[in-house]
Formats: sequence, C-alpha cells, structure tokens
Amino acid sequence: MSILLSDISKNFGAFAALDHINLEIPEGELVALLGPSGCGKTTLLRIIAGLEKSDSGRVLLNGEDKTHEHASHRGIGFVFQHYALFRHMTVFENVAFGLRVKNKKIRPNEAAIQKKVHTLLELVQLDWLHDRHPDQLSGGQRQRIALARALAVEPSVLLLDEPFGALDASVRKDLRLWLRNLHHDLNVTSIFVTHDQEEAMEVASQVVVLNHGRIEQQGAPSDIYDNPSNAFVSRFIGQTNIFDTAEIDQDWLKTSGLTLAKTQGQFAHVRPHDIELVKSADLAAEMGAYAILKDWQHLGSLIRIELAGKGAQPFNQPIYAEMPNERFKQLQLNRGDKVAVKIRNARWFH
Amino acid sequence: MNAVTQSQHTVKLTAIPQALEDPTWVRRGLIFITVGFIFLFLCLPLSVVIIEAFSKGVSAYWDALAQPEAQAAIGLTLLTALATVPLNTVFGITAAWCITRFEFLGKSLLTTLIDLPFSVSPVISGLIFVLLFGAQGWFGSWFAEHDIKIIFAVPGIILATLFITFPFVARELIPLMQEMGSEEEEAALSLGASGWKTFFLITLPNIKWGLLYGVLLCNARAMGEFGAVSVVSGHIRGLTNTLPLHVEVSYNEYDFVGAFASASILAGLAIVTLILKSVLEWKQQRERGY
Ligand SMILES: Nc1ncnc2c1ncn2[C@@H]1O[C@H](COP(=O)(O)OP(=O)(O)O)[C@@H](O)[C@H]1O
Ligand SMILES: [Mg+2]
Repeated sequence: MSILLSDISKNFGAFAALDHINLEIPEGELVALLGPSGCGKTTLLRIIAGLEKSDSGRVLLNGEDKTHEHASHRGIGFVFQHYALFRHMTVFENVAFGLRVKNKKIRPNEAAIQKKVHTLLELVQLDWLHDRHPDQLSGGQRQRIALARALAVEPSVLLLDEPFGALDASVRKDLRLWLRNLHHDLNVTSIFVTHDQEEAMEVASQVVVLNHGRIEQQGAPSDIYDNPSNAFVSRFIGQTNIFDTAEIDQDWLKTSGLTLAKTQGQFAHVRPHDIELVKSADLAAEMGAYAILKDWQHLGSLIRIELAGKGAQPFNQPIYAEMPNERFKQLQLNRGDKVAVKIRNARWFH
Repeated sequence: MNAVTQSQHTVKLTAIPQALEDPTWVRRGLIFITVGFIFLFLCLPLSVVIIEAFSKGVSAYWDALAQPEAQAAIGLTLLTALATVPLNTVFGITAAWCITRFEFLGKSLLTTLIDLPFSVSPVISGLIFVLLFGAQGWFGSWFAEHDIKIIFAVPGIILATLFITFPFVARELIPLMQEMGSEEEEAALSLGASGWKTFFLITLPNIKWGLLYGVLLCNARAMGEFGAVSVVSGHIRGLTNTLPLHVEVSYNEYDFVGAFASASILAGLAIVTLILKSVLEWKQQRERGY
C-alpha cells in the first residue's frame, strides 16, 4: 500500500518535533527513515500508525484519508524499538494475539490460528521457542518475535522503529540482510527507522533523511551519497572532509586541484576516496598542497589515511583519505612523510 | 487494624555486608528491644482480645455474636465494604489510568489530592460530610425537604468510608502502571484490539496482583474504619453501628464479652488480611522477577 504524508506537523509544547512533512512512499518499497537521535523519527512513525495525533496534515494510505482512523483500524504493523512483547504471554500467544482479537465474524478458527502462527514462527526461524515467555529470549529473538506478531494480521504497511538499535554488532549485520530478504519475499510497504547511515544504505531501497523535524532529502542510497542536497546530508551520510575556503591558505587551495573558479559556497565537501596522495619527492616543483601523513587504519580492502597540515597550518582538522590496499603499498608511505594532496572532486555548500 | 492497612511498603530482606554488622551485644540488645516491643504492643493486645472474648466460655462468645445488635453491626459492616470496595476499585483503576496514560493540566495536583484522605484525620473526614449533608449543612435542607437521610444513616457511613478508602487502589496501581509503560497497550491497539480488549487482555493481567493487593487493603480499611464513621453514624444500635462502633458501645456498657467477641472478628480479619497480603506480595515479586 502506498503511503502519502501531506504537510504533517507536530509540536510538543513550544518544541516543533515535526515541521511540515511531505512524503510519498510508493507501494512495496523498503524505506529507511534516517536521522540523528531526537529528530522526530519515532514521532513520525507513530503518527503514521495512529498512535499519536498530528497537529496538522493528513495521512493517506493507498489514496484513502486515514488521518482520523483509530490505530486499531489502520492495518499497520508496528514493531517497537523495545519490542513491547506481551510479557505475560508465551511467544505463541504473542504472535496469535492479533488473530484472536479479531471480530468474531472474521476470526480464523483455532486450527487456522495454530497453523498460521507456526508458519510465522518458522518464517522468523524461532518455532522451537513457541512456549517460552519473552523474558526468556535474547534481544535478537525478541525482535524477530515482535516482527512475527506484527506480520500475523497481514498488515498492508509495516513500520519498524530502530529494529536493530538494541542489538550487538554481529546480530545486527545478520538481521539486516535477513530483513532485506524478508521484505523481498513479502513485498509489504515498509518503513524502518534508524540513526545509522550505513544500515540505511545497506538495507533500504529508498532513504529519507530527517533533521530537526524536516525532511532534508529523499532518494535512492547511491543518489543521496553521490548528490547530497545540502551540507547536513553530506556530513551525515558517509565520511566527508570539510574545507573552509575562508580559512585555508590560498596557495594551498590553488594547488590542491579544487576548482576554485566555480565555487558555489564557502565550504568544499570532499569524500575520502576523492583525495589522491602523491609522495612529495615525486613532484619537487609544485609543493603547494602538501600534508603530513600521521597515521592509517585498515578498513578491510581499503586503507584510511589520516593527514595533518604542517607549518602554515592550512587546515585545523585532520584530513582523511581512502585508497585501495594495493595503491597504498605502491606509495610506500611512512608516518611523518610529506605528501602532496590532489582533490579530484568536491561538493560546495554555504 | 489500621496498623495493618497502612503499611504500604514491603520490607526487602537483603544480604548484609559484614562490615556493617555491629558487635554481638549491640545486635542482641537491639533484637531484644524490637521483639519485646512487638510482643508488648502487638501480640499481647491481640491475645487479650482472644482471651477476653472467650473469658466466659465458648457459648457466651457465640451468644454475644448472635445478639441482634451484633448481627446488625456485622451486616452493616459487610454492606459498607460491599458498597465501597467495588466503587473504589473502579475509581482507583480510572484514576491510575488517567494519571499514567494521559497528559493533562493539573495532573500532579490530582496525584497529590488522591493522598488527601491519608493526610487528614479521619474525624475531620467525617466532619466534612456532616458539614455538607447534616441538618445545618450546606445541602442538609435540600435533602431534608426530599426526605433523604444521609447523616446518622447508612448513606453517610458509606460516603465517609468511600472517602477514607479511595486512595488504596489508586496508590497501588499508579507506580505499577508507570513502570509498565504504555507500549504493550499500543502494540495491542496496532494489532487491531479495541480499547476494552486491550484493557482486559493486556493491562489487567499485568496489574492484577497489585490490584488485588489494593483491593485487599481497601477492604480491610473499609471494615475497620472507626473515626470518620463514628462522626457520621450517630451510634444508633442495631441501625447505624458498624463492627468497630459496636465494639466501643458494648465496651462502654461493660459488655466485655460482647465487645471482645466483635473485636475478635476484626482481629481475625486483620490476620487474614496480613496473610493474603504476604501471599500477594510474594506472587507479585515472583512474576516481576525480583
Ligand atoms: N511525548 C513527548 N513529549 C514531549 N516531547 C516529546 C515527546 N515525544 C517526543 N518528544 C520530543 O520530540 C523530539 C523527537 O522525538 P522522537 O520522535 O522520539 O525522536 P527520534 O525517534 O528521532 O530519536 C525529541 O526531542 C523528543 O524529546
Ligand atoms: Mg526514536
């Protein structure tokens, strides 16, 4: 089911948690709602689910206005950040709940409920835990039970609030892939909230970047990474070096390769992989944009190199460059070496 | 009676670090004082009640309880409890729900006001109703005109008891529901459950022991209340005397067996309450996994 949010605003007292949100999500997408903590992600999700009332604006599902529809009639599955499993019920009863509370006329019979619940528990690979209570499960298991419970009523929209937030790193990685595959199989329109850009990029087909209750950008992960629409998105998605042209030595800038003629702002944002390094001995002539190699870290197939300015202090923050392992070996660099910096590509912001 | 019903907090027994242990003689001394105190002011009076009640034999005990006035007092006490406990249970749940689930102006004031009956003297609580509904009271003449008797009658006793006992359930539930949070209820709603189903299937099972605990304390107080009821009752034998009042009247008339026989019922109620209270506390702690 497609989701359309039109002009949603929400204030808590004088504080604007959501500020005129307009958002359209086509049917079947897996969308990541990405933003720093406190930017209004949970609030937006709760408004879509009908658990919170917006001050203004409308929520449309499949073109139907559901703004004033009660949460229990929206047909939206909600997976809470802290799972919110019913602690006094077994895993089985948790998943069966949505079926059991259905109106008599449409409620499946006991055999059908049994079958459906076991199918769902198998889907989340936890059927063997069906008679446990929630407090006897690990975080990852609770998360999957919460998902199975939400799926039991066959929601037309699935909302997940920081589904991997409280899990440790290795479990997160597994569950991310698993969620992606599950979504591929079920094809239910889903929004999941996260403050982790890597997670958003890896799982989602669409990313919506939220900040201070406003949507900063919406698009495919690669789109947002390659063409951030503003400085916030550029800084928030992936690593970025920021050069303040008002502070950096002009000679340094000219020789760094930044195309100053076409500047569209004061700040140049440069991705680490857009910085090329040349050993200084190789270019005796143009020694303008140099830096000192401070340290490096292995990031799997890439090396991240930390650079610092020297003498005239062309920049006050370290610069990070990234290059493949092979290239780094070729350069034969050591700590303290003087290197020339070549910037291949930059994005300008005010 | 009141000593039982007002103890709201459970004593938690935990391991004591060695360094905090006092020398043997201090420990023995303190334990001796504590036990002696409990014996002197709790066990001794309780035994006196039982011994005095049966001082003229078992048949005199039963005769005393079979007197019409005693029967009427027992009946009125039961009626009062039957009227006030369900009402205050509903009120307590409603109040706890409002306070823990809604945001509204004056919420903290309401939370404070719920405790009011605990902080004013029961006699004052009784007087409030005399001032409101008594012959010279604010609404007294209106009720007199319509031939409705409240003060010195059963409605007054029920009203005063309602007032005295209304904090018990709410006070028990508010911290419990605060701790529970509303996420499980929201989950139930999003799964399609109605408000009522959510309450009965999700909220109630989570608060049931606390609720029973509150109801138990509420009942004990409703049956044992003396001060407020004494002010509004008028002590009309066989009509407006509850058990505690009947104890006093009998005693003042030198009917010791009658007084202590009735008192033994109240003492028995206190002991049963105490046992049930411990059971409920144990259940609650086990379920919440302390
Ligand atoms: N019930 C509430 N009352 C007051 N402020 C709230 C309430 N819920 C959320 N907020 C505030 O609104 C902002 C957005 O909250 P939330 O949507 O939970 O953020 P996120 O999920 O992105 O971390 C936060 O600053 C939070 O403090
Ligand atoms: Mg949140």
